[in-house]
Amino acid sequence: MTPPSLEGYRGPARAVLERFNVGVWDDVGVECTGGRFHGLILPRSEVADDRHVVLKLSSGYNFGVRASKITHVTRLGHRDVQYRIAEKQFPINASRPQVLLLGTGGTIASRLDYRTGAVVPAFSPGELYSSVPELAELCNLRTENLFSVFSENIGPQHYIPLARRIADEIAAGVDGIVIGHGTDTMHHTAALLTFMVQNPPVPIVMVGSQRSADRPSSDAAVNLINAVRTAATGNIAEVLVCMLGPTSDEYGLLHRGTRVRKMHSSYRSTFRTIGDIPVALVDPGGIRFLRDDYPRRRRDRHCTLNTAFEERVTLLYCYPNMQPDMVDALVERGYRGIVLAGTGLGHVNRPLHPALRRAAERGVHLYMTTQTLWGFVNMYVYETGRELMDLGVVPLGNMLPEVAYMKLCWTLGQTDDREQARRIMLSRVCDEITNREPYHGYLVFQGAIPEVQEFLRKVKR
Amino acid sequence: MTFAFKPFDEMTPDDYANLGLRCGLEIHQQLLTRRKLFCHCPAGRYRQEYDAEVLRHMRPTLSELGEVDPTALMEKKTRKNIYYRLHQETVCTYEFDDASPFFPDEQAIDISLEIVLLLHLHLVGELHIARKQYLDGSIPAGFQRTALLGVEGWIPYRDRRIAITHASLEEDSCREVSDVGHDRVWLTDRLGMPLLEMVTAPELHTPQEAAEAAQLLRLLTRSTGKVRTGPGAARQDVNVSIRGGTRVEIKGVAQIKRIPLLVYNEARRQCALLSIRDQLAARGLRDGNVDWSAHDVTRTVTKTSYPPIQAALARGHQVRAVVLRGFAGLLNHPTQEQTTFGKEFSDRVRVIACQTERPNLLHSDAGSEFLSVRQWKELRRRTETHDQDALVLVWGEPADVILAGQEIAIRAQEATLGVPSDTRQALADGTTGFERVLPGPERMYPDTDLPPIVVEDERVDRIRRTLPLPIWERRDRLAKLGLAPAAIDRLCLSARAGIFERVVGELGIDPVFAASILVERFRAWSRRGLRPEALTDDELYAVFQGHRDFTISREGVRQALFGALLRRTGAGAAHSPVVAGPSGCASVPRDDADCARLIDGVMRSSGARRFATRAARQRFLMGQLMPFMNGGVDGRRLSELLQARLGLVPADSARERTAP
Repeated sequence: MTPPSLEGYRGPARAVLERFNVGVWDDVGVECTGGRFHGLILPRSEVADDRHVVLKLSSGYNFGVRASKITHVTRLGHRDVQYRIAEKQFPINASRPQVLLLGTGGTIASRLDYRTGAVVPAFSPGELYSSVPELAELCNLRTENLFSVFSENIGPQHYIPLARRIADEIAAGVDGIVIGHGTDTMHHTAALLTFMVQNPPVPIVMVGSQRSADRPSSDAAVNLINAVRTAATGNIAEVLVCMLGPTSDEYGLLHRGTRVRKMHSSYRSTFRTIGDIPVALVDPGGIRFLRDDYPRRRRDRHCTLNTAFEERVTLLYCYPNMQPDMVDALVERGYRGIVLAGTGLGHVNRPLHPALRRAAERGVHLYMTTQTLWGFVNMYVYETGRELMDLGVVPLGNMLPEVAYMKLCWTLGQTDDREQARRIMLSRVCDEITNREPYHGYLVFQGAIPEVQEFLRKVKR
Repeated sequence: MTFAFKPFDEMTPDDYANLGLRCGLEIHQQLLTRRKLFCHCPAGRYRQEYDAEVLRHMRPTLSELGEVDPTALMEKKTRKNIYYRLHQETVCTYEFDDASPFFPDEQAIDISLEIVLLLHLHLVGELHIARKQYLDGSIPAGFQRTALLGVEGWIPYRDRRIAITHASLEEDSCREVSDVGHDRVWLTDRLGMPLLEMVTAPELHTPQEAAEAAQLLRLLTRSTGKVRTGPGAARQDVNVSIRGGTRVEIKGVAQIKRIPLLVYNEARRQCALLSIRDQLAARGLRDGNVDWSAHDVTRTVTKTSYPPIQAALARGHQVRAVVLRGFAGLLNHPTQEQTTFGKEFSDRVRVIACQTERPNLLHSDAGSEFLSVRQWKELRRRTETHDQDALVLVWGEPADVILAGQEIAIRAQEATLGVPSDTRQALADGTTGFERVLPGPERMYPDTDLPPIVVEDERVDRIRRTLPLPIWERRDRLAKLGLAPAAIDRLCLSARAGIFERVVGELGIDPVFAASILVERFRAWSRRGLRPEALTDDELYAVFQGHRDFTISREGVRQALFGALLRRTGAGAAHSPVVAGPSGCASVPRDDADCARLIDGVMRSSGARRFATRAARQRFLMGQLMPFMNGGVDGRRLSELLQARLGLVPADSARERTAP
């Protein structure tokens, strides 16, 4: 007989289980100094303390029993438990578009993990079909989990294979690609893919969820349906982020990969197009474009793949009294590019100027964006801006700081020549710098103002 | 099952024993905390107005044991648009599920631990927050956060113990505004308030026992003084089954006095359903096997004069006929008062197929009252329905009526098995209506947003040290003191239970008199619009002390308190003859000079001259003076000064006695 599993248990709690030769998924009666309990032993989260044994009552409740109070444990039975989403064969219909869903991790589809108590990703076409059957009406779905990482852990070792894979699938004839991605850095990946996979003939749609898929109110299903609809049928061919527009389950928004940013740590409607308007609305009724300047879907199978990437690039958020040795340290450590998220129109405190000059002299590429996110950098307005440009800091218009960071990684992966790099950075791939900011590109409403309250009362957002 | 149901009033405990009636209670009690359980919104603020609305849909998910909850599946069929109304004063982003929970309110944990100890429950060592799925939309997250506090306790009841299976601390749900068709609207103000759930074992054997046990638990929680009171602050779910039946949950009974009739009707319904099952079995229908078919009969009924179908046709809706083979005659079988088996189908269609407008179906057992004999005949011919079969018509949007047809068939299949395990809503007439399929343990899974919370021994010890006397012991004690049963329960529920104990215990005041003031008088004054809660316990103590020390008459105590209340309520002028409060002495007396002014004021305005003797006058005036002592000079000194003023003792002696 195999010894009982003690998954996650340490210290005194583990000792008690060992003493009475019981383990995880055993049905037990536990005698304590404070009374008796009866339940199923659950795995213990590794980050929880080592003083308690977790039981599940038949009513479904979990609770912890203090190990030091346990006087006896009787094993009454054992339950083999597997958490699995039912897998159903995804129906294939030749007349429907072929869509590939690439998984990178995150909560677009997920299950619970006992060791950590965390939500972990899990999906296959069959699992997705049994939990989101609507997908079968839209496409023939293939899925592939490229990696399972939280989005804060994504890096070039993921970006490059992802871009290559997209190019391969385009060449092989896929009608649309959906990329499931954690939301924290979805906008970084969206920007980089825009640079790496240029001029694609089909939509490349990134999607995630703000509420994990294990909960009934999750936005995962609605986002996935909207993304798959876009990938399958959208007459558009660029990298997009597809997430709920309002917090209400009403419609998704398609955001251009270079203009989108996560703007709230937990809201469903966290993704916003910054300094511009979104590309389209998507809901069960279809896709409603909000502008006309988007590349249309094509029949050819071509795209321009460029997976260059330089890791020694950083994004520096500026603040008053910033110390110049910060920049010196970066130069010393061999950083080749620095994107500054400057204050206001693109400023840093003057004590930093000599350090920036030293950096430029050492060949470090310096670019300026604004931490206000909305609006353009304009370094001509104040003398300090002109000084910075004299030092070699290149203003990037209204390019978002994260987009600038990703673009500089990509650019310096191609060249170290200052002028060439500058040309690449400033030549537009897909609206990373726009020439005009529309009047409704900046809307951060303030609550309590009567007309805003009126809007909130009438419109489910 | 053969059991002749008598009218409610004539049922005896033996009758219920013959039925094998078993009831259990789930009591939900709001706790008196400042904030909500998982966020920092204020608790206990209700308002109908709202600033904004959000729309959500719910999807069932899997529990950690890998099973989908049956309720969850049912709710998914209903495809409801769920609207939440938000008011900025009562909710934040947490309630509508756009933010993670905050650490649970410590006050709520303390209060619930106190009640859990009073219930003799075995405390858990560590609270684990679980997510309990609710897909009806009553909680925007789709689940309620809840944590088990303890298991296997008991309360004494008559000559036995009722087992408390467990208690948990959970967040309260939304209040429903409306549920029409596919749209359900909720108010979010109540959402997230801390709620203690206490669950008894099914050990109550008559409807009256269920109500009495509910009352006992209500008294227990309220006697702590740390729970909310008022409409909706405590809600009961009653689990009912009879022998051969199934556990059915009657949800959200707001008033305990409604429990007995609801239990009676549910027992009766289960009895009827078992009888229907037996009749079906006699017809060869058993084990969930029902031969049924559904037909689009929209064209067959175009000439009907039955208004609901006419209206449906006018809207371009579909009319669907469901044939239930072998069911003829049973849909008219009575199940509850004024209710027949047909309503079981109607309820399911209402809840699951969102056909909320009634009547939402018509069946062949209803006879030719609504459709002519010829029309029924034509329908039967068209759907190949025979005399022994029942025919059920439903109407609505095509997708809804297809679902309705399937649900009718499912309910028919359940009828061959007996009593389905439902959650039922309590209706005003004492009957119940289908609300949803009874959820199972599969709907619980761990909350990953919050870590387990250790219930440290020190915390439990601290709470145990100040534990109030349990209600049953307090009741016994009060009965021994000679209080009437009604006064006992009122006193236990009263916020003045503590001061009652003090004046009886420390001052030796006659308990019946103290209760008459603290319960009866206070109630009477409340009814007159006064606010007895404005008097502090210390003030009351002082007045009773005066009663003991200075032989203020009982009437004097009443007048003193009444007078003080009148002044505090701001109605003094109109009632001045009764109380005659000393004008110009509003401030608390600090020294002898203040006292003298106070005494002068009272003597001028109180009408004390009507008392014949100085002693009587002194008793009366002391009563008038007591409410003013609040935090100022002590009563003894004031009394001495009053006696001196009245010439009962020499002023010198009064002076001497206060010398240091």
